[in-house]
Amino acid sequence: MLHEMIQSLPQVLIDGLTLGTVYAVVALGYTMVYGILQLINFAHGEIFMSGAFIGTAILIAFSSMGLLHSIPSILVVIIMLVVAAVLTGFLGMGIERVAYRPLRNAPRLIPLITAIGISFVLQDVVRFIAELAKGNYIITGPSLFTKQIHIPTSSISSVFHDSSFKTSFLLVLIIAIILMIALDFFVNKTKYGTAMRAVSLDRDTAALMSINVNKIISVTFFVGSALGGATGVLFAVQYGTIDPYIGFILGLKAFTAAVLGGIGNIRGAMLGGIILGILEMFAAANLSLLTGGVLGAEYKDVFAFAILILVLIFKPEGLLGKPVAEKV
Amino acid sequence: MKFKKSLTLLLSGALIAGVLAGCSSKSSDSSDGDSGGSGGKVIKIATQSPLSGGSAILGEALKLGAQLKLEEESKKFEKLGYKLQLEPYDDQGDPKKGVSNANVIGADKEIYGIIGHLNSGVTIPSSEVYEKYHVAMVSPAATAVEVTERGLKTVNRIVARDDFQGPAGAEYAVKELGAKTAFIIQDKTAYGQGLADEFKKAIESQGAKVVGYEGITVGEKDFNGVINKAKSQNPDVIYFGGLYAEGGLIIKQAREKGIDVPIMGGDGLDSSGLVDIAGDKVANTYITSVAGDSTKTESGKKFVEDYKAKFNKKAESYSVYGYDSMGVLLKGIEDAIKANGDKLPSKEKVAEAVRAVKDYKGALTEVSFDDKGDNTKAKVFLYKFDKASYPPALQGEVSQ
Repeated sequence: MLHEMIQSLPQVLIDGLTLGTVYAVVALGYTMVYGILQLINFAHGEIFMSGAFIGTAILIAFSSMGLLHSIPSILVVIIMLVVAAVLTGFLGMGIERVAYRPLRNAPRLIPLITAIGISFVLQDVVRFIAELAKGNYIITGPSLFTKQIHIPTSSISSVFHDSSFKTSFLLVLIIAIILMIALDFFVNKTKYGTAMRAVSLDRDTAALMSINVNKIISVTFFVGSALGGATGVLFAVQYGTIDPYIGFILGLKAFTAAVLGGIGNIRGAMLGGIILGILEMFAAANLSLLTGGVLGAEYKDVFAFAILILVLIFKPEGLLGKPVAEKV
Repeated sequence: MKFKKSLTLLLSGALIAGVLAGCSSKSSDSSDGDSGGSGGKVIKIATQSPLSGGSAILGEALKLGAQLKLEEESKKFEKLGYKLQLEPYDDQGDPKKGVSNANVIGADKEIYGIIGHLNSGVTIPSSEVYEKYHVAMVSPAATAVEVTERGLKTVNRIVARDDFQGPAGAEYAVKELGAKTAFIIQDKTAYGQGLADEFKKAIESQGAKVVGYEGITVGEKDFNGVINKAKSQNPDVIYFGGLYAEGGLIIKQAREKGIDVPIMGGDGLDSSGLVDIAGDKVANTYITSVAGDSTKTESGKKFVEDYKAKFNKKAESYSVYGYDSMGVLLKGIEDAIKANGDKLPSKEKVAEAVRAVKDYKGALTEVSFDDKGDNTKAKVFLYKFDKASYPPALQGEVSQ
């Protein structure tokens, strides 16, 4: 049993890392907004989904103009990423302006409800547009980076099987890591980042120090949503097929990842996402081995979330959260 | 103010009284209809299918197929002294709408039969209403087991049941593809799991070994965990019980992982969406479907041509089922009229006569109803995708 599990381990790690980096970058959006407003922005999953659709729309437009072969794929992906990130960034800012800012002094539960409302609106608007344009809301874009790379992991040690991945895996991994490093730098080293941290620590005092709180909150929403939208593009490149409802489950899991890492803590969100992705993939591949066939892969989420509960029982502030957390 | 309030009260009171009066007159109508047997020379047949919404294309195809048959047969009925008339209803693929239409249909004493519905989910609650009014129903497309298992006297269908698709797939996998081991994936829905369980039972009884049985979550896009598991088991065939959105991704991700064994599924995969999602990776995929290819028989070909000539539309896979359902229903009505000495029979007698239809030969299907209303001659058809195009190629058919 152990032998079989170890055999498939390299492949499980690769697939888990792909999913985990997606969770991690989406989790960043949740954690940043929570850090600054103590608001759980449930519309973030739908912003991620909108990014995926914007990216795929650009991709389909390029391929229908026949540009896909003349421009290098990497350039296409960069254009998709930038356009989707900017558009979803403004979308996030708009949502904050319309649905959250008027309610900033209302009880905590109220903006939570508007967030859920916004996510329904986004789902159905995207579905409507997709159906209008393509006649079907499940959209499949042309595939990029489909080359398979085999790693002879069996040559490292004979206990492993060979593993393989698509080149898009590398793309997702590298871009996600660049995004996370850039964000870390932005928050810790720039003037805006310092202002964001100040607002999250104490909004009133920050305002007294001549920080424009509304502007900083808008910037936070822009950055968080742009990250979500860019991840949507990465998701669309990796999996090819998207629908208006991908944001729901993925958003829920990314939120979980943010809590696992310690909500409000950026590095915690990254760690939480990657751990959740790997746990989930591990459970899907090995759960029936572990339980002797009683529980199948369909219980992978139960397994992953049981571990989450265990972690939170012993460390309620999350893996990297400190009792007095440094927020944002 | 006071005057205004009392006026409102008065007006709403009048409205309620009006509505109630409308209801009561209607219900007395329908009780007349039940006992009815003499009088009117018009026989109305209703169709209930989604004419708007997502599956409007299929619903429209059913209706037009039925309409074609009705018009062909109307001469014969005129000789008997009856005028046939079609009453199309739009159930919108929605159980609530289906039931409310069913109540209207039941209340109409001239409606002697219903062709419908497209969806099992709509058929099941609506047929409870038909049973109450004793109106015969023939469904061209509802495949859920429960539709006929409730023992209703008026419910019939000409397509195969869901629980026959799994065994048909299993038989093909073992006999034609030579599978000795199978890996089964299902999507945890009533449809997907039901299909997968039937396949599992059948393939085990054929002597093959099931090396894995795993579930996935509908709506997710990453199935690599389950696929890694399948890869490590190295099965001869992979069976997926579920719909094309997940099926397409599983096929694509499995092929990307280098699994090139045949992948099989049920009619949930029978969609051009499968090809859109999986692209050219769809090759070597087999599906079972209850819908046959109308161009394979002489009478089927003639139907397709007539349909095109009349409606200037291409026949959909279910058009011919609408046509044959109407044929069966009219055959039942005709039998009932003859048994009643050319007088108009009661709705109960029509329902009995429809259930008693044996060896009816339609354009594509042959129909013999058993005592539950299932068609004992229904077939399951097997298709194979060779390249990224829809529809797939017909490989064979399995009868019950």
